[in-house]
Amino acid sequence: MSVGDYIRDSQIWKSIFRHPAPYDRRNRVVVMLTNFFLHLHPVSIKQHGIALSYTWCMGGITFFLFLVETITGVLLMFYYRPTLEWAFNDILALRDVTTLGIMREIHRWGAHAMVITVWLHMYRVFLTGSYKPPREFNWVVGVILLKLTLLLSFTGYLLPWDQLAIWAITVGSNMARATPVLGHEGPGFQFLNLGGYDLITNASDARFLLLGSRFVGEETLNRFYILHCVAIPLASAGLIAIHFWRVRKDGGISQPL
Amino acid sequence: MNSLSQITSCLILGSTDPHPNVTPSVLFGLGWLYLILFAMNVVWTWRSFHKARHFRLPEFMGGMDIPNAALWSIYSIALLLVSVTHLTCASVPEALRWFVMPDFAKAAVDSVVADARIYFAVTTGAFIAMLALRDWLAKPNVGWGILNLSLLFLCVSLTDWDFRQIVGKPDNVPIVAMLFIVGYFTWLYFYRANQNDRRAAEGKVPAEAENNEKVLTWPDLVYTEMICMIAITALLILWGIALQAPLEEPASAVKTPNPSKAPWYFLGLQEMLVYYDPWLAGVVFPSVIIGGMMAIPYIDFNKLGNGYYTFNERKFAITTFMFGFLPLWVGMIILGTFLRGPNWNIFGIYEFWDVHKLEALNNVNLSEYFWLYGLGQPLPIAPADSSFVVKSGYILLREAPGFIAIGAYLGAMPMVLAMSVFKTFFLRMGFLRYMVFSNLVLMMAALPIKMVLRWAVNLKYFIAIPEWFFNV
Ligand code: HEM
Repeated sequence: MSVGDYIRDSQIWKSIFRHPAPYDRRNRVVVMLTNFFLHLHPVSIKQHGIALSYTWCMGGITFFLFLVETITGVLLMFYYRPTLEWAFNDILALRDVTTLGIMREIHRWGAHAMVITVWLHMYRVFLTGSYKPPREFNWVVGVILLKLTLLLSFTGYLLPWDQLAIWAITVGSNMARATPVLGHEGPGFQFLNLGGYDLITNASDARFLLLGSRFVGEETLNRFYILHCVAIPLASAGLIAIHFWRVRKDGGISQPL
Repeated sequence: MNSLSQITSCLILGSTDPHPNVTPSVLFGLGWLYLILFAMNVVWTWRSFHKARHFRLPEFMGGMDIPNAALWSIYSIALLLVSVTHLTCASVPEALRWFVMPDFAKAAVDSVVADARIYFAVTTGAFIAMLALRDWLAKPNVGWGILNLSLLFLCVSLTDWDFRQIVGKPDNVPIVAMLFIVGYFTWLYFYRANQNDRRAAEGKVPAEAENNEKVLTWPDLVYTEMICMIAITALLILWGIALQAPLEEPASAVKTPNPSKAPWYFLGLQEMLVYYDPWLAGVVFPSVIIGGMMAIPYIDFNKLGNGYYTFNERKFAITTFMFGFLPLWVGMIILGTFLRGPNWNIFGIYEFWDVHKLEALNNVNLSEYFWLYGLGQPLPIAPADSSFVVKSGYILLREAPGFIAIGAYLGAMPMVLAMSVFKTFFLRMGFLRYMVFSNLVLMMAALPIKMVLRWAVNLKYFIAIPEWFFNV
């Protein structure tokens, strides 16, 4: 008996995988049905649906990058403190002294890559007409995911707290100042006033809500940190689950009707 | 300055020039790039050899049949020679003067890219040419040729100091890669769409419909996924080792960098700020883009082209979407990343980012055109001590031409279109859906329209009410 067979015959192995190795047809079906991670997929699938030249694998790669970002992100959270005193220095230490500081590189390049792959995924879905019935709603879920991906990247951009970070966020968030009605330099902000007092000022408008302050400061760092590490990832994960569920319920990868 | 004299001075005096175009290490690096290009072309030659395709020389050149592989192999050998020359002669740059981007070519390229008008005209023209020539472009040999030309352009351009500064920034490297990736997938789309369109003309079903045998997910899909995950992981690790994530000086609220740029994926929006005020470019238009994208499945009533690649069956949808994605979105990101420099001026890719470059700006509002130049009378201004209502009335009167223009554009224009070019759309969509659709298309067109008006007649705002922060 080989070592492999011995392991596969052990009680431990069998308690984890409830069937023999997927060497024959029956077990290849069973593995898809019993494994938690694999049950995302159908048991069998049309050949054209798995052709790389059809799906470009871009949805899958986007999801994989999301996982990579989650893992490297959690590792980074062990080192990084989102305060004015430490944020920059912690990143500096990651670069210069920390073992496995390369996690920051992987996290940043993975984020850039994810933005690109999510665009390409959308491009492919459009070009194959896969948003047409019955997949309209999943396209809508996708657009929200696209938006969340950009917001994830945007909120993360601030965390290194260097010149690049605060000025990019300043430029980006200055727009919120001009929100119609809700920004203190937006058209129509005068409509919201009580007895001559403006309700919308630079300390109560949409930009203040985003930054937690009148300029990009410590409150902003805290707000963006929580958005970046908790709120948006949770929202994305939930929507990705719905997205995948709908891919299956809408009949799998699109195909000529 | 002449490149050759730069090379020599750099060699003789050491690195006196703070911005040397060519240095031995640059040339050495290029040698490796040419070697990679050579290896890629060896593979391609091999493929051509097995496909055994020929092309015929024109009659006056003898009219012979020549195998494609012969051409590619000659080209590959040339690349090998170029590469070896670079690797061996990197310390004698005079020997390599033929592989340095000549100054007149730099000037020519810069005159195209360093002017928003020409840049936009060229990208739009290229987009139209791409659609018109799609049958020819989608041939594998043509696609490969274009890829080679663009890589050669990149390599030769790397002999320029300013070009290296802007392209080599770690955060910009993915954008350069994105250009090639988006180009590749656009090519792939046309390749597959042409194939299906040809099949449709012969009365056959799309290729996707024929390839519909069921296979087991394990192993056919899960193994592909596994390989994909390993490849991506390896890529990220190599990328992380090769390029360090940027970290600039600690944040300082008083030192504003010039230019201050938003993250690269928002540079298309930042570019819109040149033409529209923040409330439009930064808030309304992004919301319309998001909302409009969500509305696509409910607007597009065309049942064809669901689940396979095709161009002929969805000409309008594909053209509109691609125009939005390629020249407007990706094109504006390129403009914002590589061409916008200090003071948000446009610079050529070989041009030094000079903070003192001046560009004259004297833009005129539509109301000024109307009252001052059209009617020859001053702008209507309310008497100094008039009430809020009277003042508002005057403001509205002053800007009436703009309100009428915008109202006509978003209100009357859809009706005109419904009776002309969009007639079938109007009939099939119904009123409400048609209005949403036509307004979305018109808003998308609003950006190019404003750009052209800005360049042609220096138009600043259609409606200019700075008193209320309401400028359109
Ligand atoms: C975090 C972002 C996203 C992830 C992880 C994701 C993941 C996926 C995956 C794995 C698939 C299976 C097929 C494939 O790989 O192509 C898929 C399908 C699909 N996605 Fe996404 N996606 C994302 C964003 C989007 C966006 C931005 C859109 C469109 C605006 C979109 C629309 C769709 C649609 C309509 C399908 C069904 C396509 C078909 O059946 O051929 N998704 N998605």
